[in-house]
Amino acid sequence: MVIKVFKNFFRRIFSKLFGQKGDIKLGFYGPPNAGKTSLANRICKDFTGEGMGSISKVPHETRTVQFREKVEIEHKGKKITFKMIDTPGIATKIDYEEFLKYKLKKKDAKKRAKEATQGVIDAIKWLEDMDMVVVVLDATQNPYNQVNITIIGNLVAREIPVLIVGNKVDLKRSDIKRIEAAFPEYDTIGISAKFGKNLEEFYESIFKLSKKV
Amino acid sequence: MAKKKSVKKKKSLGKIKGFSIQFLPHTEVSGLGSNERIKKILGIVLGNNILILQGKLLAHEETRLIEDTMAMIDHVKNFRGIELAVISGDRSNTGFFGKIRMNIANAISGGDLGAITIIGPATVVKEMKRNPKKIELLLNK
Repeated sequence: MVIKVFKNFFRRIFSKLFGQKGDIKLGFYGPPNAGKTSLANRICKDFTGEGMGSISKVPHETRTVQFREKVEIEHKGKKITFKMIDTPGIATKIDYEEFLKYKLKKKDAKKRAKEATQGVIDAIKWLEDMDMVVVVLDATQNPYNQVNITIIGNLVAREIPVLIVGNKVDLKRSDIKRIEAAFPEYDTIGISAKFGKNLEEFYESIFKLSKKV
Repeated sequence: MAKKKSVKKKKSLGKIKGFSIQFLPHTEVSGLGSNERIKKILGIVLGNNILILQGKLLAHEETRLIEDTMAMIDHVKNFRGIELAVISGDRSNTGFFGKIRMNIANAISGGDLGAITIIGPATVVKEMKRNPKKIELLLNK
């Protein structure tokens, strides 16, 4: 761990010294079904005209790490080019029987579970390569889920700038204040990726956060 | 009539057998490296035990635990993963010197002894509901 922190520190120093900074690697992390891909799709559609990945009500729809290079986000006359990285939802348990509730065949459910477990491993492996991360949480769910705390704890330990996004604020059950109370040390904003609500504030926060990279 | 009642009680108690709760003091894992620590924890959980660990894992150990858990789901029959929750002592009201004292104590002991980590197999623990002050365990029937 100490070696990794030093490695990141020196990498940043060198990239600043020699000015060879490429596009900022922006990762989307969070638990399954929080809306990571919906948000990544929304951003990509806004600035490139194309989406990034498929979305579904069935958890673990994103089971491989997805990339989109050269996404130039423009906000208030400023432009930043990002490499966007959408990751599979991180979970501590995956039960194929859960997928059967969504009318998947047993064989497909087992395949999905197997791919989902590998997806979680890949998402974790990618953590250390991120320049900045948007942690997408479902604002209708309890934010004190240990997965959320583990992801944020790891990003902090790796000195990676974090923005917490409470998604699904269009739903009545959503409670962004609960997320703010759970993570008072971090910038938190409520959005609806589905309806594009509060995205201007989101882009503002992304630009602000990119200064810490 | 009384006999019938006692039979009913036995039946309802019978549903929650098949696991035990193990308490692991910090001293049991403090001398271990990250790999051994995680191996020990997963060994206990795979034995259908709910583990109550004094202290908490480091951030990278928690992700390593999740990674190893995912790898095991594919290789261990009937293993569906884990439920995990950590509750830390509230330091907001301890004051400046209190915090220093705690940090020194943690540095000497090699961990946050005010924290408690609960880890259980997902086949036994359906859900861990957590808020800053308590953890609630909902068990599978």
